[in-house]
Amino acid sequence: MHRLAAVAVSALLVSAPAQAEIKLGFVTALSGPAAALGIPYANGMKAAQKYKSKIGSETVTVIQLDDGSDPAATTRNARKLIEEEKVDILIGTATAPGTIAMTTVANELGVPMIAVSPIKIETADPAKQWTIAVPQPPMLMAKVVADRMKRDKVHNVGYIGFSDAWGDLVYAGGKAAEERGDIKLTTNERYARTDTSVTAQILRILATKPDGVLIGGSSTQAALPLLALADRGFKGHNYGLASLINPDFVRVGGKAAEGVQVSAGPVIVSEQLPDGHFSKKLSADFRAAYKEVNGSESRDGFSAYSFDAYLIFAGAAERALGKAKPGTPEFRKALRDEMLNTKELAGVHAVYNFKPGQGYGVDDRSLVIVKLRDGKWTYAP
Amino acid sequence: MTFDIAAILAVDGIASGAIYALVAIGTVLLFSVTRVMFVPFGDLAAFTALTLAALDDGKTPGTVNLVIALAILAFSMEAVALVRAGGAKGLPRAALFYLVIPIAVALAVRLLAPATPPLPARLMMALALIVPVAPLLDRIVFRPVADAPVLVLLIIAVALHFALVGLGLLFFGPEGVRTQPLTSWSTEVFGAIVSGQTVCIVVAAIALSALLYVGFEFTLTGKALRATSSNRTGARLMGVRPARAGTIAYVLSSILAGVSGLLIAPVNTIFYDSGFLIGLKAFVGAIIGGLHSYPGAAIGAVIVGLLESFASFASSSLKDVIVFSILVPILVWRSLVSVHIEEEDEE
Repeated sequence: MHRLAAVAVSALLVSAPAQAEIKLGFVTALSGPAAALGIPYANGMKAAQKYKSKIGSETVTVIQLDDGSDPAATTRNARKLIEEEKVDILIGTATAPGTIAMTTVANELGVPMIAVSPIKIETADPAKQWTIAVPQPPMLMAKVVADRMKRDKVHNVGYIGFSDAWGDLVYAGGKAAEERGDIKLTTNERYARTDTSVTAQILRILATKPDGVLIGGSSTQAALPLLALADRGFKGHNYGLASLINPDFVRVGGKAAEGVQVSAGPVIVSEQLPDGHFSKKLSADFRAAYKEVNGSESRDGFSAYSFDAYLIFAGAAERALGKAKPGTPEFRKALRDEMLNTKELAGVHAVYNFKPGQGYGVDDRSLVIVKLRDGKWTYAP
Repeated sequence: MTFDIAAILAVDGIASGAIYALVAIGTVLLFSVTRVMFVPFGDLAAFTALTLAALDDGKTPGTVNLVIALAILAFSMEAVALVRAGGAKGLPRAALFYLVIPIAVALAVRLLAPATPPLPARLMMALALIVPVAPLLDRIVFRPVADAPVLVLLIIAVALHFALVGLGLLFFGPEGVRTQPLTSWSTEVFGAIVSGQTVCIVVAAIALSALLYVGFEFTLTGKALRATSSNRTGARLMGVRPARAGTIAYVLSSILAGVSGLLIAPVNTIFYDSGFLIGLKAFVGAIIGGLHSYPGAAIGAVIVGLLESFASFASSSLKDVIVFSILVPILVWRSLVSVHIEEEDEE
């Protein structure tokens, strides 16, 4: 198992032996199928430590474990972090099943946890809630896109998405907008990632004469419907969710993908945001820290989720330090209470407000519309 | 559904049907000569597309390393088998076929790739690189168990498919590719736009099927292959070597898989794991043809392509369900009309 204790604590411990440190247990996937997401998560966490290595006068020690994209390993890692390392907080992980497994351990052993994958958080009994999640839920992403359609005067919208859970989620988001009366979905066409053609589905969509088309696919293969629409000379607007933001989507989609509008976290286009936007200055700091520790530019949204998770933790820990000493159950409880008491905390993705009984703390401000222009995602306010 | 839509769907269906036809003919060819139901066939087509995409970008395709590794493995196995059988004098010949030729092809592609030669050369390079894969896999995986029952061979082929998908992820990465179309020409037939690419696909399918027909009917090698497929022992008594017939069958069907990969690469985004579904639909086509008739397999594959196209118009989420459900009535019909021949007793 991979282990990194990544903060220089020695100098501080020698000079101030009476002080305790705050221990943060971080689980991510550095290997296995989810490593493509897990590695950015880890890089984002490194950047966050660089950005803020001390909370009050306490040093933060991050203990990072690799779960190999396997939920069983996530569970073991979470237990190990709590029982052996006595961490004060858990952050993780790259897969949704792994993250759910981790929340079970956190709830059972009474340790606050911040999820960096979009999961549904059970909040039947707010007193037992130990977990919050950072990412924007898919329903909110769809709502922001639907708002844009309304503004673009796009009323009849054709839908085509993956024949899997993601396709269902995006369709449900579109349906919710239809119930609000914002748009009308004219079709529910599906395709599989391995399909060779979507001509038939596109013909059906075009037969309903839509003003726009909503794409419920992800990464490279989300370009397939756009290519087929372009082949048929479709001139309407195209929309999608953040899952389209991927260099291979732009490469494969080429001209057909031009002009597609998607909802994404503001960090993706932070340089183009207006001055005074909550994310602009912070994203610049995040990118600078990221570049310093990882040696490369950050262009993904995932590392930014780790960064925001760390900021939420740091804010809560600062307030909790006044109540109890790190390493004690009292501190963990205070940390949980303060975490659920987060108010108007600006991150690079969103302004977070958490309260007991709510797993998600983001609002409309967490998503901006970006448009693909000349192969680049550009801010389209 | 208007006539226009039906025409567009038909063109789309025939284009994908022609690709399935190439794979289906290759499947039937391999099955009849070697009795192996070669499940990884579609994977070979997908690997060709990925290889071509890498060559288009001026990168060294992952297939180069794959071919070199397979060649070394196949030659070692052949050498050990030859020495144990006391046939050490056959070593130079084995070295030429299993080691020198595949590695020479791989190295040549590796040297030429960064220069990005013109498109026809890149097509040839991708094809040359994929053709040795199946014969080498045959030597490594199937030759040692050539006399095993059909079911054992099928299960080995399934295992081989999973191994190849894993290797594909390793060599080509998780992202899909799409290459530039071979031609941007297009024409209108009955109100449906027919692209040059579609014409290429259909022409290639017809030409290759015709070529195979001529080869099997009028050449000695073709007749030897047919003899092996109808009766292995009998052919052997007449001086046909089943192992050699098998190798020829693998080379021929690799070419078919390679050509279908080259043709599909500009039409759809191909991933390292896209091949399986292509192979599976071609298999349905081959079943319609009874797994022994080439024209039957080709017609069956086109039926599958058309059915798929119209099914995705009728209900896109149930498309694959519709395509695979036709297997049931077809199998019932086939088992009723065809005379069941007991598989020869295998010791």
